[in-house]
Amino acid sequence: MSERVNVPKKSPAPGSTPDAAGTASPPGTASPLAAAVSAAKAEAVLPTLGPLGMLRWAWTQLTSMRTALFLLLMLAVAAVPGSLFPQRPANPSIVTQYIKDHPDYGKLLDSLQLYDVYSSAWFSAIYILLFISLIGCVVPRAIAHYKAMRSQPPRTPARLSRLPEYGTLVIPADAGIPASSAITDAAGLLKKRGYRVDVRNHDGARPSLGAERGFLREVGNLVFHSALIGVLISVAAGGLFGYSGQRILVEGDTFVNTLVGYDQFTPGTNFQSSQLQPYSVQLDKFRITFDRESKGKFGQPIDFTADVTTKETPDAPAKKEVLKVNDPLSLGGTSMYLTGNGYAPVVTVRDGSGNVAMQGPVVAKLQGDNYYSSIVIKVPDAKPEQLAFAGFFLPTAFVTEKGVSFSGDPELINPQLSLNSYYGDLGLNDGSPQNVFELDVKKLTPLNARNLDTKGITLAPGASYTLPDGKGSISFDGVKRYVGVDIHHNPGQLFALIFALVAVAGLVTSLYVNRRRVWVRTGTHEDGRTMVEYGLLARGEDHRLAGEAKAIRSLLAGAWALDEDTVSPDDAPPASAPASAAPASASQPAPSRGADNGRADTGAPGAAVAQSSLEHSAADFIQSTAGSPESKKDQ
Amino acid sequence: MPFSINETMGQYSELFMLLAAGTYTVAFVAFAWDLAKSSKMLRAVDLKAAAASGTSAGAASVKVPVGAGVGAGVRAGAATGAADRADSDVSGPAGRAERPTSSVSRAAQGSTTGVGQTADGGMRYGAERRAPARVAVAVTVLGAAIHAAGVITRAIGAGRVPWGNMYEFLSTGAFVAVAVFLVVLIRRDLRFLGTFVIGLAVIMLVAASVAFWTPVGHLVPALQSYWLIIHVSIAVMSSALFTLTFAMSALQLLQSHRQKAVASGGADKLGFLRLVPSALSLENLSYRINAIAFIGWTFTLMFGAIWAEKAWGRFWGWDTKEVWTFVIWVVYAGYLHARATRGWTGTRAAWLSIVGYLCVVFNFTIVNQFFNGLHSYSGL
Ligand code: HEM
Repeated sequence: MSERVNVPKKSPAPGSTPDAAGTASPPGTASPLAAAVSAAKAEAVLPTLGPLGMLRWAWTQLTSMRTALFLLLMLAVAAVPGSLFPQRPANPSIVTQYIKDHPDYGKLLDSLQLYDVYSSAWFSAIYILLFISLIGCVVPRAIAHYKAMRSQPPRTPARLSRLPEYGTLVIPADAGIPASSAITDAAGLLKKRGYRVDVRNHDGARPSLGAERGFLREVGNLVFHSALIGVLISVAAGGLFGYSGQRILVEGDTFVNTLVGYDQFTPGTNFQSSQLQPYSVQLDKFRITFDRESKGKFGQPIDFTADVTTKETPDAPAKKEVLKVNDPLSLGGTSMYLTGNGYAPVVTVRDGSGNVAMQGPVVAKLQGDNYYSSIVIKVPDAKPEQLAFAGFFLPTAFVTEKGVSFSGDPELINPQLSLNSYYGDLGLNDGSPQNVFELDVKKLTPLNARNLDTKGITLAPGASYTLPDGKGSISFDGVKRYVGVDIHHNPGQLFALIFALVAVAGLVTSLYVNRRRVWVRTGTHEDGRTMVEYGLLARGEDHRLAGEAKAIRSLLAGAWALDEDTVSPDDAPPASAPASAAPASASQPAPSRGADNGRADTGAPGAAVAQSSLEHSAADFIQSTAGSPESKKDQ
Repeated sequence: MPFSINETMGQYSELFMLLAAGTYTVAFVAFAWDLAKSSKMLRAVDLKAAAASGTSAGAASVKVPVGAGVGAGVRAGAATGAADRADSDVSGPAGRAERPTSSVSRAAQGSTTGVGQTADGGMRYGAERRAPARVAVAVTVLGAAIHAAGVITRAIGAGRVPWGNMYEFLSTGAFVAVAVFLVVLIRRDLRFLGTFVIGLAVIMLVAASVAFWTPVGHLVPALQSYWLIIHVSIAVMSSALFTLTFAMSALQLLQSHRQKAVASGGADKLGFLRLVPSALSLENLSYRINAIAFIGWTFTLMFGAIWAEKAWGRFWGWDTKEVWTFVIWVVYAGYLHARATRGWTGTRAAWLSIVGYLCVVFNFTIVNQFFNGLHSYSGL
């Protein structure tokens, strides 16, 4: 609906305004009426609309403020389930577990896409509609605002006294400031104050000016909303062109940024492997500081530091860097984050033939407090029979009286490996991928286990154990630390940040710049005094309009060397103002008149007096001042 | 390397917190006394005036619009006012409403008698002395000073900003709420909110000490970032502002209900609301505060995203805490829209402001405690 677009079309061309006050109806009176009429028409006509009309009607509905509000609230509501149910993108295995745990409705929720809320059809529908609405809203407003910025301030209303802020000033006859130069002065002052000013009827009997400022308010609002679109597009672009992956690095390991370098890799839709820049990162040392001070949190890690050596490209010089939580590395357009860590016991496994079948660190997976970790060692190269071990690693082993072992401290005070061993076919040769942290023992024959005569294997660093039946041996050579790193490339995020910052700037502008209009009209009284009246109007929320009226008043009074006494309408209640007015001047301070407090039925006596005098002078301040109570008092 | 912690300071801090809670309790009582006493006094004045003028209660209610009319009159006023306004040449979306400017207050001034009357809409300090209210504010200032000592000693004891776990969020958050309230009091007479704000602060302090007590300690590495300082401080300050507007919106609903009831000749059952400004004044001031708080929340969201990018490698991942922060942001965006939507009254906007605050509370309590997510390091 374009009630506001209509207005500029209706108003006469700038400059040519025949400012015949009294005949011209105050601008704006027509518009809400027209709007109401057209709205009513639109509704009445609805049944006979053709398909095109229907489309137009739908578009109008979609881009209305009410729909925007509705969609916004829908968006808020629709986002909530994503926090109530486990989400696939965050953790698919939890979702699987959840569906298993809730056989009654788990599947149903899945069919409603409640485990993928933020990519679900309904969530997408809401935000896409919202953004279509947003575009449909911003574009016409931008066009209209562009026009408004280039057109002259609206013509002077016939009765300035009906504006929310209104005041009058009287320049004594002997000051030698005629109406025309008074208006010029006012125009100059307002221009200095940042208003765009248009003087009308300069040499006529009642020259006036219209002034306007604060176009930035609407600009800010438009920028804000457009920037939101920018944020959305940036996020989408990041999903298309970005990628992410994970890798575990044991001290001494080197990661090279190629597809094979990753343990896990998630490409965006438009990813190409040529995007990867083959930089390298070697983990030299990983250091952890544990809390040894606070009572409740003894042994909690309080600092992780990874010393790394990086090379931007294979031939680039090596560089020492530090990787910490909250402090990622930036390399080759990607960022590398420290996301996990743990211990990697170093073992050597010899097979039945006495050859070293495996040697090196094995990553242990955190299971419980104080780095109590599980470990799986698969030795597919062992001959004649493949070997496997599964068990636990404890950095500081303790055993309770009942024989349950636990880790008493995260530091390596009494490291211990306790393992079961197996032999048989590991099933690695058929090529199907296996989880390195899990061992499927179904097809394997146990060699050592707690419930067997052979018992489990318990090793301290430096110790070794010979497997039964001549199957080989295992030795525990030492412990290294490992880190888990995430590598991300998101080309959209910088743009998202820029758009977000622009949005905030627009938001602040639109909330704190005030759009105001000022009109001033001057005239010459029969007795030679120059009468000045002014009125202010705000567009939208503006609680400082009264202050602006005051400021303008004091500027004008200053320019004409009028008595400042009359200048502070707010301090003196309206009713008492005339008494305090300087004798030489009949200027009437501006009582503030919000739409709400300008009601004639205000019961307060003081307000009523002010009101009536106001209405009186408001009738036509400039022409009939002679009859007004104030001027009588003066004469 | 991390600063070493100082247990003695931590113990002092806890002592200060308890003292502050005790002081606030006194202030709370004084605020409540003020409400009771002032509304009684005002009622007596009303009755006397009514008796003197010999008007019946029914006739008196004709005069009511003095105060009540501000609220009721404005809707009508906005309509006629729209005719007054030289209309805009900027098109808005269909249904975009014009709010009156906020130079609302003065009409209510100078008119302080009449049944169903409300307090000065400008929320400036009036001439009359309200002794209990003065005592209440003085005691609150004392409490806040002790509370500040508690927060500062906690910070010194832990060698970092005092907001790293639930205990600290609550104790520091309560302090910020009270401090923001006191700062606003310098410029506006919002003493009618005293019972609410101070009551909330007492609840937060008690909850912190009883349910969430945590000794001074170091931060987990995930929280060791200057973003903790920026992101959380802005979030807490915005929440404190939302707290004020929540109370004001709730009062606005009550007041507009009362104004309507009284305007239609009903009995004035909510006498204590005499101390409270008109519904429209409340709406306008809470809008202005909400606007500031919304900008603050926008920054909270943005800085949170930047921090998430630094800590977890993605700036947005729909983690529960992120979801709720987003929901709050959208609800308050809805609130700002609601005020600009034609056909939406201030009452409905007030409901949105209340819903928004309930989301803030939910995010702070339930989400922190019971929802698992990357943010689950509230020290529980
Ligand atoms: C992504 C969804 C949106 C969000 C988050 C949003 C947010 C906001 C916020 C925070 C404001 C207040 C600050 C300001 O005045 O600039 C605002 C104002 C405004 N919005 Fe939106 N908006 C969205 C969509 C829309 C849509 C679809 C429309 C059009 C139908 C719209 C029209 C407006 C208008 C006209 C204002 C100015 C209200 C006034 O004059 O006070 N917005 N919006």
